Amino acid sequence: MTGRRSWLLIVWLAFGFAFLYVPILLLVLYSFNDSRLVTVWGGFSARWYVELARNERIQEAAALSLFVAATSATVATALGSLAALALGRFGRFRLRLPMTAMLAAPLVMPEVITGLSLLLLFVTLGQAIGWPTQRGFATIVIAHATFGLAYVTVIVQARLRLLDPAIEEAAADLGATPWRSFLTVTLPMLAPALLAGWLLAFTLSLDDLVIASFTSGPGATTLPMVIYSSVRLGVSPQVNALASLFVVAAAILVAAASRFIKPGAGG
Amino acid sequence: MTAGSRGFRFSVISAPMLWLAAFFLSPFVIVFAISLVAASDGQPPFASPLLMSNLTFDNYRLLVGDDLYAFAFGNSVRIAATSTVLCLLLGYPMAYAIVRAPQAMRNGLLLLVVLPFWTSFLIRVYAWMILLRPSGLINLALQGLGVIDQPLPLIANQFAVHLGIVYSYLPFMVLPIYAALERLDPALLEAAFDLGCRPWRAFWRVTVPLSAPGIIAGCLLVFIPAVGEFVIPDLLGGPDTPMIGRVLWTEFFSNRDWPAAAAVATALLVALVGPIVVFQILERRGAES
Repeated sequence: MTGRRSWLLIVWLAFGFAFLYVPILLLVLYSFNDSRLVTVWGGFSARWYVELARNERIQEAAALSLFVAATSATVATALGSLAALALGRFGRFRLRLPMTAMLAAPLVMPEVITGLSLLLLFVTLGQAIGWPTQRGFATIVIAHATFGLAYVTVIVQARLRLLDPAIEEAAADLGATPWRSFLTVTLPMLAPALLAGWLLAFTLSLDDLVIASFTSGPGATTLPMVIYSSVRLGVSPQVNALASLFVVAAAILVAAASRFIKPGAGG
Repeated sequence: MTAGSRGFRFSVISAPMLWLAAFFLSPFVIVFAISLVAASDGQPPFASPLLMSNLTFDNYRLLVGDDLYAFAFGNSVRIAATSTVLCLLLGYPMAYAIVRAPQAMRNGLLLLVVLPFWTSFLIRVYAWMILLRPSGLINLALQGLGVIDQPLPLIANQFAVHLGIVYSYLPFMVLPIYAALERLDPALLEAAFDLGCRPWRAFWRVTVPLSAPGIIAGCLLVFIPAVGEFVIPDLLGGPDTPMIGRVLWTEFFSNRDWPAAAAVATALLVALVGPIVVFQILERRGAES
């Protein structure tokens, strides 16, 4: 590679990162803007953070979102690690093809399709068996766990490939039952990937507007739904403050996770 | 195989399978069934699609008959395709540069690509609203510098939708290409050079073909969801950029016509089945290699 060409590459990479980060950094900067007119600089101030701390509607929505995200990520991680184990360790089995198909499709499925189809399922179930009587926490958790499951499987499967099956075979040779070997040998070795998968499912759930809007009902408003209804009316300084908190939390989380999770664990 | 291990295999396979069958597969059957019910029933309880007499193709006739749907559909595919190409043009050199970076820096650079993905999608789209509005930062800066007198129309048009899609989906393009390039054996390139191949030619004849699985996976990861995108056209687009995801949303939330929304969803899904199957084959190969 010639020097000129590698300079071009570095400039291109820097441009790409600037494109990715400048809008986010400006958003954080302007969250400290005293002026109500979001883009006119009126001096440094933390007043929007104070107003945010007083906004009960946003806090209720944030609490619901965190609760939904934690529950759905846990369900997704439990089911996703089983799916990864089946695909990574069981060789050929009859349902392998449908399983891989149903795990790959949610990664690319447009959210409006997933959202509408789950809603119609819940409505049909409600008519047929009387559950769910109304949509809210449980229906959003089911919807989020379903797409979270696909992401968790990808991450856990990638990690499983790096693990030597001989260790699990040794456990079996020494008389451990399959469940015991899974719980005491495989799962602990997968811990970093399980954490990465859980965090990804958690983040995706916290972030989702479209699927939650379809599967939620009256009385259950998640944080993205509040942000969306506020943003539709125009830019808002309180949303800037909230968005900045999101960005800082994500940065801390990813930095911490990257120290804890060894490279190659995915995520 | 012992009875215990057969029971273990059975439970490990069936738990996620049952979940996926119940909450991923069966909803599609229901969407299709409800798309065949008369639109006059609008909202639940619906006429049962199990009775032949209740079935009608009216919702699909509406899709074909009203130009709005065809226009929105063509528009979505076109905007998604252009954005995917732009994403590739921006993302491929980025992935290439990261692979070529010193080993110690690679993970850090990769993390910088992934980080925006962990912040809220909605918020990243919102960040562009602040920049692109008529009274947004870009227009204010240009006016302050005296480059323009009137604000440029940067938002509520196709330009903003393309920008939003490229911005939001860029990590999905860079990551699979990076993974493919990283696996590429440098000995192959050296062999090409030893045989007198020039760098550009080696790049086109060796590097690009060998990273093709990553390129295709990246393109599908951007294109398929972008066709049905709702948030980006809704917040950054305007009246001239109807996209099918937004049409579906409006049918459902504003017009309250659930069967029509179900018909739009079915049509969109049928159109995307081809790309989705290709994506699945790539995923399977990737998982098994």
